[in-house]
Amino acid sequence: MSDKEKKQGTSISRRNFLKGVGTGTVAATVVPSVLIGSEEAAEAQAGDAISTATIQLNINEKMYEVEVEARTTLLTVLRDGTDTSGDNVDLTGAKLICDRGECGGCTVMVDGKSVYACMMLAIDAQGKKITTVEGLANGDDLHPVQEAFIQHDALMCGFCTPGFIVSSAALLNENKKPTLEEIKTGLSGNTCRCGTYPFIFDAVKTASRKM
Amino acid sequence: MASWGEASESRLIGKRITRLSGKDKVTGKAKYTFDINRPGMLYGRILRSEVARATVMGVDTSEAEALPGVKAVIPLIEIGNQLRYQGQEIAAVAAETDDIAKDAIRLIHVDLEELPHVVTEADAMADSAPQIREDWAGNQSEPNIREDGNLQAGFTEAAVEVEATYHTPVQTHVCLETHGHVVEWEDEQNLTIWASTQGVFGVRNDFAQHFELAPNQVRVITEHMGGGFGSKFGPGIEGRTAAELSRITGKAVKLMLTRKDEHLVAGNRPSMTQNVRAGATRDGRLIAYDMKGHGTGGISSGAGFPAPYVYHVPNLRTERVNVAVNAGNQRAMRAPGHPQAAFAMDSLMDELAEKLGMNPLEFRRINDANEVRQAQYTLGAQEIGWQRRNNVPGSGSGVKKRGMGVGSGQWGGGGGRGTEARVTINSDGTVEAVTGTQDIGTGVRTVIAIIVAEELGLAPTDIMVKVGDSQPGLQSGGSGGSQTTPSVAPVIKTAAAAAKQKLFERIAPMLEAPVGDLRVGTGTIYVVSDRTKTITWEQAAGQLGMESISEGGHWDEELRQNGAAGTQFAEVEVDTQTGALKVIKIVAIQDCGLAINRLTTESQVNGGVIMGLGQAILEERVMDPVTGRMLNANLEDYKVPGTFEIPEIKSIVFDTHRRVTGVGEPPCIPTPGAIANAVYNAIGVRIRELPLTPDKILTALAEKKA
Repeated sequence: MSDKEKKQGTSISRRNFLKGVGTGTVAATVVPSVLIGSEEAAEAQAGDAISTATIQLNINEKMYEVEVEARTTLLTVLRDGTDTSGDNVDLTGAKLICDRGECGGCTVMVDGKSVYACMMLAIDAQGKKITTVEGLANGDDLHPVQEAFIQHDALMCGFCTPGFIVSSAALLNENKKPTLEEIKTGLSGNTCRCGTYPFIFDAVKTASRKM
Repeated sequence: MASWGEASESRLIGKRITRLSGKDKVTGKAKYTFDINRPGMLYGRILRSEVARATVMGVDTSEAEALPGVKAVIPLIEIGNQLRYQGQEIAAVAAETDDIAKDAIRLIHVDLEELPHVVTEADAMADSAPQIREDWAGNQSEPNIREDGNLQAGFTEAAVEVEATYHTPVQTHVCLETHGHVVEWEDEQNLTIWASTQGVFGVRNDFAQHFELAPNQVRVITEHMGGGFGSKFGPGIEGRTAAELSRITGKAVKLMLTRKDEHLVAGNRPSMTQNVRAGATRDGRLIAYDMKGHGTGGISSGAGFPAPYVYHVPNLRTERVNVAVNAGNQRAMRAPGHPQAAFAMDSLMDELAEKLGMNPLEFRRINDANEVRQAQYTLGAQEIGWQRRNNVPGSGSGVKKRGMGVGSGQWGGGGGRGTEARVTINSDGTVEAVTGTQDIGTGVRTVIAIIVAEELGLAPTDIMVKVGDSQPGLQSGGSGGSQTTPSVAPVIKTAAAAAKQKLFERIAPMLEAPVGDLRVGTGTIYVVSDRTKTITWEQAAGQLGMESISEGGHWDEELRQNGAAGTQFAEVEVDTQTGALKVIKIVAIQDCGLAINRLTTESQVNGGVIMGLGQAILEERVMDPVTGRMLNANLEDYKVPGTFEIPEIKSIVFDTHRRVTGVGEPPCIPTPGAIANAVYNAIGVRIRELPLTPDKILTALAEKKA
């Protein structure tokens, strides 16, 4: 810890907390609400210029160069990031729903494994292969999971659907023929409020037969 | 007389059709309000109260304003005014990034003088409670009293009586897309709003009134919407705040609620407490019902519920009050008042049946005048295997005990007037159907396509459906009350029929046949008396030249019907050592009139059952009486059903007639009662309070032993 941080004692801003602990799954840690608006929190922010870094990310087999803060999550880059060329990344399929790794709405694949993009710092995604829901189809040819979701009406409002699609595809990457119980386990990190689960289970079974 | 025709004649209506928005939703292309990114767009955030009740003594926004990247800070409460619940708005910021907006919120200093609060019904009703609503003595509204028959005579006639208290807690909607807007002013007189709403025209009119504009100067767009369940009507404070921030900065502003905000201020299902005394005759007739109850909708009213529910009681007295607490306001939530009422009534029915020594299903048959549900009782009992249930509750052997229960529900869903629509046939053969409704996930976009395609002999994918935009100026009501399909479908049907008639008139001379002899085939038009005279749809439309056909429709009462009866049967398994409750199977039989799209109707029924399941076994807003805060305003501690909770669900679309009835709400009504009765049948001890969590089950089992 730096002297400055020591002086602040128990007052921790999200940014300083991240600096102190380094990177990892603390991205969604929030400032205790008692500190919001407090003098300590303000002090932690004031005169503390935000440093940024320019990083490269491989998303859906395309390289993006983005400027990020240490605290910037992968999800923020996907949804709100701007490439240094000036184009918005604008991959808004992954959603921010719970903001703390509970609902799976932001699920993407990192090197083939499903990851909560709200819980991963953008800088930690460097050098990895990121696949979002937008990158699953091969041109007009939908991924079998996508086809099956349409066929079985495994979606209603559709807000959780990108997360479920990516989680289902990642599940089938690891387990070609999952049982119903294995499907439930594989998708247990995703939440749907419309209640589409029964048809999601059907869709994953259908997709597994086609893959 | 208008009609949907016979089922045997329908090519598309009543079949299983995949939804038109499917591809956009599975590829991530579907753009929700939350996904809208406008050039130069700013991000809005709202600073909210962390205390339940306080007077605002001062708000200092200077540090927030000085933060680089902050473009506007506005107060949302006047100094000296009272904050009345956690989450109430204090100030708002707009900044270049969402992270900066978050930082800026933390730099706003608020000076509060805290006042005594009450956040539970019991605390609010206590003699010593501080009065938190000046117009409600004892924090309670004037009682709503209803009397019928002769209560005393009813109890005299009763052979058995039950006296019990039933309680359901406050639930929150948990819309996965939080409430929010993207607002962009084109100039001082015109603005566009992308809104996560169940009613684009309601939002449009609210904005127009608020900013003193003509309605057509405000455009509201809701292409896709991530869940509302009754909580998303009107722009709310957050919508007007976004518009104000946008007006001040001259930039588009996106302001979506946080997950915590969503729990605190975006609506909830009120709680319900019923103290009931009821009696039945020896031959199984409900004869007397005396209920004193209350509920809280937060600081507002609206905590009503129907009682008695579904079953007829000739002699009754009911008395209900609203209780005010320092918590966010209730909003309509999927079948407002009904699931909690059904839980209490169906529990009571089983308790009375047991005292009579009668099968609870038989007791319902005697007291339920609804013929549709009578048929559903028979079908449901077969589907679940009712004969397998414990004749003596709790008599199963082993640690894990199974049981079965039944519950009932009733809803309207008949739709109403007020929808305008146009169906347009262009000379290139394309067809557009435009109306001002919105597809909030129910699949009405596809329903519209099916109806037009059926009428014109085309495929649903041939129809370009435009909904969720106020700009064409074709009005429709909000999507609530299970009213969307029964309101929209008749207008679309008559518009498509009128467009077809116009097309027939235009091509009849070419086919040398009377207009009345023309029919649509599949992608063709032919003369019924001479099938050699058949032309393709494209050939027919090609006759239109530069003049498209564009026809409106009208709402026709004969095409829809009010009244949706439902019955559900549940089988559960209770681990008597851990208290863990597993719902094994739900049979949901839902009366829905004519199901335009059987596939999406099944989805609606599944969804209703799962929301009812959440209410039955998981969901509860937990308030801390000491701090006045909600303890579970997130998705870790406020549990909604996930994959592991999902039982086998047999959704039976019980289409009893050929008229359209809305079915968005009714399937969530019977579920909690059916599950609670199944738990009783499994363990032989009654739990009268939702949710049915392991702690309650273990406590009940322990009390039974003692």
